[in-house]
Amino acid sequence: MLKLKKLVKTYATGDQALKSIELEVPEGQVLALIGPSGAGKSTLIRCINRLVEPTSGEVWLGDTELTKLNSSGLRRARREMGMIFQEYALVERLTVMENVLSGRLGYVGFWRSLTRRFPQSDVDEAFRLLDRVGLLAMADKRADELSGGQRQRVGICRALIQNPKLLLVDEPTASLDPKTSRQIMRLICELCAERGLAAIINIHDVALAQMFVQRVVGLRFGAVEFDGPPEALVPDVLTTIYGEEDWEATIKKDDEEVAQ
Amino acid sequence: MPVTQHDDTTVWHRRTFKQTLAHSAMWLGGLAVFAYCWMQISNSTTWFFVWDAPRIAGDIWSRATPPKWEYITQLGRPIWDTLNIATLGTLISLCLAVPVAFLAAHNTTPSKLFIRPVALFIIVATRSINSLIWALLLIAIIGPGVFAGVVAIAIRSIGFCAKLLYEAIEEIDSVQVEAITATGASRWQVMAFGIVPQIMPAFAGIAVFRWDINIRESTVLGLVGAGGIGLQLSASLNVLAWPQVSLILLVILAAVVISEWVSAKVRGAII
Repeated sequence: MLKLKKLVKTYATGDQALKSIELEVPEGQVLALIGPSGAGKSTLIRCINRLVEPTSGEVWLGDTELTKLNSSGLRRARREMGMIFQEYALVERLTVMENVLSGRLGYVGFWRSLTRRFPQSDVDEAFRLLDRVGLLAMADKRADELSGGQRQRVGICRALIQNPKLLLVDEPTASLDPKTSRQIMRLICELCAERGLAAIINIHDVALAQMFVQRVVGLRFGAVEFDGPPEALVPDVLTTIYGEEDWEATIKKDDEEVAQ
Repeated sequence: MPVTQHDDTTVWHRRTFKQTLAHSAMWLGGLAVFAYCWMQISNSTTWFFVWDAPRIAGDIWSRATPPKWEYITQLGRPIWDTLNIATLGTLISLCLAVPVAFLAAHNTTPSKLFIRPVALFIIVATRSINSLIWALLLIAIIGPGVFAGVVAIAIRSIGFCAKLLYEAIEEIDSVQVEAITATGASRWQVMAFGIVPQIMPAFAGIAVFRWDINIRESTVLGLVGAGGIGLQLSASLNVLAWPQVSLILLVILAAVVISEWVSAKVRGAII
């Protein structure tokens, strides 16, 4: 469904963030992207919806090639890709409801969005999603009144109300405590399963990734080092991705948690 | 490095001996310049007038008190004009400053090479000329009266408001803008949902702050004939009607105090 062909990103400073990435994500697959800081994980998902312009290569979503689209074509394509951010990236001074409805901006004209007259079907869907993530009571609160976990749930609603085919998730748990992190990861994976969504999740926490996803891709220096099921992440593999370290603890901790 | 070794203790000083010397020399030089300037000013001052100043001030004070209270009936209209000049001028300048600010901010300007310099030039040009001078120019162009005052205040305020606003725009959290962009929103929607909510508090603060300043500026515009209470002030000064002058100053003081109070209230309500 999503296919990256020879994707390259070289920043103006000369840093090669992505070196000819080849990746294919079938429909409904949740994929974790791991790798050390600076490996190009964020750049990779931002190159998909062109928040960062790729230098060369192709990005196919279904049968549209995204890198050649003009601005209105790109906006239509972006509606198909929901994005979830590390620091939630909610518009702090808008209400929860406005934040969720902002996911529909690609479908609604300027004046209607300015005067907040969203179609009733969008409002219904917003309430349904907020109910699904357990934040119905918060709909009228301002986004900056919520806790981290609650904000991330609003972020998830905003991505899902786009009715996307693909979720791009950038470090969803990096700002959250361990328990909330798991809840958020579980929620994202459940919602993807419910809706048959594909997702690319950037994540630092290897153990957490192993717990929830079907496939792991390891990135190092802008190139794919590993691509396989989570069980195949043995210490040797982690060493090739991250460098030398005692990985037994990381993986063992994960086994125990799965057993619980 | 100002670290010296004495036997087995390492001693640290703020400065080395050389640096201390240079520092003292700098102070000495500064004092010399100050003393020289003092002498120059003293030589070109007619000290007789200075020694005489307290007597003259006392004389004016005795002429100016008590204020001519019944004159207040003629001040209602001019002070109302003054308030209108300030308020209308601020509103017009805000309408013009918003687009200029968006064109000048690094992250929203359509072209850093061509449009941004033009916007920055508008900001500098309008800011660098005092509103009294704008009023003088405008009186020559559109004739004396309240309208010239309004336009003078409006032009003078564009640069101030646009500068503060574009700095606020440059300081917004770009991730929130990214998030709105990623939903497929158009350029204008990104502005309305991603940028405007973030700069709203700054905008309200700037508007009230500038209104507050403009009330004070518009009180003197009448001195050059641009309407408001300054007209009365200059007329009274010309005929040496000190009791009227003191009443006008009291009225201006009251207007400024009230505007301070209003802007403090509004700012408190926003933040």
